[in-house]
Amino acid sequence: MLNYITSYLGSPVTPGQAGNQLWALIYVLIIFAGVSVVVMAMNWLERKALAHFQIRLGPMRVGPHGLLQPIADALKLMLKEDIIPSEADQFVFWVAPLIGLLAAFTVYTVIPFGPSQAVSDMNIGILFMLGVSSLGVLGIVTAGWASNSHYPLIGALRSSAQMVSYEVAMGLAVVSAILMTSLNATGTGTLSMIGIVQAQQQQGIWFLFKFFPLGFIAFIIFAIAMVAETNRAPFDLAEAESELTAGFHTEYSGLRWSLFMLAEYAAMIAVSAIAVTLWLGGWMRPFPNLLNAPVWEFIFSLFPALTFAALAGFALIGTVRMPSHSFFKIQRIGLGVFALLLAFIALVLLLIAIVGHNSDNSIAARTREGIDYIYWFMLKVSIFMYLFIWYRATWPRYRFDQLMRVGWKVMLPISLGVLIVTAIVGVVVK
Amino acid sequence: MPWTSPMVEKYKSQYGSAVEAQSYLGQNYFTVDRSLIPNILRLLRDEEQFDYCVDVTAVHYPQREKQFDVVWILYSFQRNERIRVKTQIADGASIPSSVAIWATANWLEREVYDMFGIKFDGHPDLKRILLPDGWKGFPLRKDYGILQQDKEWVQINLGIESGQ
Amino acid sequence: MTDRTKNDHAKDVPNAAAYVGGTKLDTSHLELETPEHPYLDSNELIINMGPQHPATHGVLRVILKLDGEKVLGTECVIGYLHRGVEKIAENRTYTMFNPYVDRMDYVAAVSNGLGYCQAVEKLLNVEAPPRANYIRVILTELNRIASHQLWLGTHALDIGAMTPLFYTFRDREEILKIFEKYCGARLTTHAFRIGGCLYETYAGFEKEVKSFLKFVAPKIDEYEALLTTNRIWLERTKNVGTISAADAIALGVTGPVLRASGVKWDIRKAIPYANYADFDFEIPTGENGDTYDRYLVRMVEMRQSLRIIEQAVNGIPEGPIMAKVPKVIKPAVGEIYHSIEAPKGELGYFIVSDGSTQPYRLRVRPPSFVNLQALDVMVRGMLVADVVAVIGTLDIVLGEVDR
Repeated sequence: MLNYITSYLGSPVTPGQAGNQLWALIYVLIIFAGVSVVVMAMNWLERKALAHFQIRLGPMRVGPHGLLQPIADALKLMLKEDIIPSEADQFVFWVAPLIGLLAAFTVYTVIPFGPSQAVSDMNIGILFMLGVSSLGVLGIVTAGWASNSHYPLIGALRSSAQMVSYEVAMGLAVVSAILMTSLNATGTGTLSMIGIVQAQQQQGIWFLFKFFPLGFIAFIIFAIAMVAETNRAPFDLAEAESELTAGFHTEYSGLRWSLFMLAEYAAMIAVSAIAVTLWLGGWMRPFPNLLNAPVWEFIFSLFPALTFAALAGFALIGTVRMPSHSFFKIQRIGLGVFALLLAFIALVLLLIAIVGHNSDNSIAARTREGIDYIYWFMLKVSIFMYLFIWYRATWPRYRFDQLMRVGWKVMLPISLGVLIVTAIVGVVVK
Repeated sequence: MPWTSPMVEKYKSQYGSAVEAQSYLGQNYFTVDRSLIPNILRLLRDEEQFDYCVDVTAVHYPQREKQFDVVWILYSFQRNERIRVKTQIADGASIPSSVAIWATANWLEREVYDMFGIKFDGHPDLKRILLPDGWKGFPLRKDYGILQQDKEWVQINLGIESGQ
Repeated sequence: MTDRTKNDHAKDVPNAAAYVGGTKLDTSHLELETPEHPYLDSNELIINMGPQHPATHGVLRVILKLDGEKVLGTECVIGYLHRGVEKIAENRTYTMFNPYVDRMDYVAAVSNGLGYCQAVEKLLNVEAPPRANYIRVILTELNRIASHQLWLGTHALDIGAMTPLFYTFRDREEILKIFEKYCGARLTTHAFRIGGCLYETYAGFEKEVKSFLKFVAPKIDEYEALLTTNRIWLERTKNVGTISAADAIALGVTGPVLRASGVKWDIRKAIPYANYADFDFEIPTGENGDTYDRYLVRMVEMRQSLRIIEQAVNGIPEGPIMAKVPKVIKPAVGEIYHSIEAPKGELGYFIVSDGSTQPYRLRVRPPSFVNLQALDVMVRGMLVADVVAVIGTLDIVLGEVDR
């Protein structure tokens, strides 16, 4: 029994490839739970970071420093009255957020957190991702249509036009990254997500820096297009309140609206994961070839523990700085417990790093490797998440026609150009 | 105090007694006959360069025979001079609109109509501007009591007695 | 459970018929262009930007006639905040009316008070003493900065940049603190009296004003760093809501809007009042008369205000702060019109006195009212998203529009 479990801990292939449905299901559940938790954490981070950008504090009351705010929000939304417009198309109204959610979550089946830590490594992975994430548009359009009111309809149409136009640029940028995977001995590239990261590993360079500045420009195009894909600032006309239309989710209240928000944040994480996989080396730690002495391996493997220790340190500082008034007693205790929890996790990670620091095939080593892969991947994705929030705080909003102009007249030609030049350079270098 | 200036001389010679020019506390104003409106306004804009119509307003003197004073306050950028043009009209009479001369006058005359009930001929869209469309009465007239509007409107529209 | 399909809420509101469809849009007076290619389905929508706005301008209703996204014509429905200030003035003495004046343009209350007090002083033919004038200038210019800061925050918010709002409001707090220390109120200050100022400057006034000047200059640079060269801001504001100088003069637009269209006119320089002639400052003008120019003009105006305040606070003369004004103010029979350069434009008071203690007629010439008229001209041919930007750039305060 133990063998059965541990045998899959260090499996070199994903459960999908191994045909192991049980583990695939477990991975799916882990991803589902993980994404939901990350979305809640994103919600908190967004409110806090936005507030700090705006010289205010953000939620402070619900839980220490607002840490329980997302839970309170989720509860509130669940308990809200479910209002359905009487003239709305009932079935379509009900199914629209589900379509969006479906599109956002299905992408996670191909996202690789490690060389074998994915639900399934399809050999058309990136194509699958592009196709499925386009389904999100359908969710928005059906939501706007089903609301039977012309403000949501206008918002939905605008949003769908925006998403469609930036998908073209996104796709072309992705293709130029795929081209770079074929710069190996056999001359065949791969569409599989894990294969792309392994190609970066083989070539010893993140595609971000490959044929500088070509990879960089392609990355920038993708980075801008992904912000437009997810309807985030500065491309957030669809959800902007101070514009005329209030967007496609006007008529949705309570849990239905939170499903849209869940889909939006999940999509954000998904496209950031794509960007990380394609250009930033996926799960690889920085400088795997340059600094490949065992001592560097050990130092880099300490990073997860150090991160959690730093977080625990922040929480501890927060606890110490909280006023010692009786009003804050519960918050102080709560934050202290949270700090201790983080410290405990840091300790566990440290143990795993120390015990498994040699790369033999023991359980500890395999666990350490797995944790490292997931950690570096999530760290890079987190940087993107923070950037999303930073953009929202800083920039004004694009007007719709300007948005479309940028998508079609600026991004598309540049991405086409990058694609062509990458192909030429690739042939020449060969 | 009488106001003398070349411009005054010109208009006095042109219109004779229909134009009076005075000055009070350093501010100059014409008092013209109603028949001269809008010609004199047009002349002031075209010849004397009073291209900025600062305000159009009215004053109600119920004891007078011609109850309303309609006042235009004009300013010239080139001359850096501000003058007033006043005319007197009777209750119920209408007065030509100056919207064709200065586009500013559009809302200003609407407000005068709204508050006093003075109709402006030739105004493109003379309807109430500040008060709701169905309002009865013209508040800034002297015979419009300050409390009466409250009681009547509240009674009709909210169905209760006003607390005033 | 009520049957939600029937729209019979109207029966619960007495006399609702007067209000349902009471503002039926009669577009015959708007010279609307009909689209050249009539489409199968007419794209003309009439959209109502209702009295309740997410943008913080007050209760303004704008009815837009759209062809798809383009605006063909607008109609503004105002009067939601009409409180009958002019009628009230006829029933209050001159001194009693002073606090009412702050409530019109509540953002720049000190300017309103300055205009009114100076108008009545003119009617009485008295001059406020120089010390009072210097104090008035300092407070008025501080209020100008505060008003422009509020304008900047809300305008940026309308266009989508949410952060400058918080920065400007935080910095505005310092000005409001000075007001509070001076006269006890932050917003509706009632700072001046007819004949001068009632309150002497408090101990430390000069020091606080000087430290405020040092505090706020880098903050204005901060706002500029966020917006002035930001590509998205430029795209949203350049060539949006353009009005030519000729149109502006014809429509009677004043204030920064007029100056941004290229007309270098400021009442503080043209017809100086309250010792403004003693101070050395410049009048910024723009070239195109678009939203971006109005933004730049107001930013420069803020800096010029700092200049004026610095000169004023360094040279406050000694002397009385109140002129010899009778206890019961009974001006002689006559009329007066006096206007000042409020942050929004030319704010004028036309007072007719019949020799009694109460004004016979008090007319306020509100800059926002006249500027709002220009909205129609400015948004023709623009897109819907620009309407919000243009309303923001006109810097209207509904309290002043409606009085």
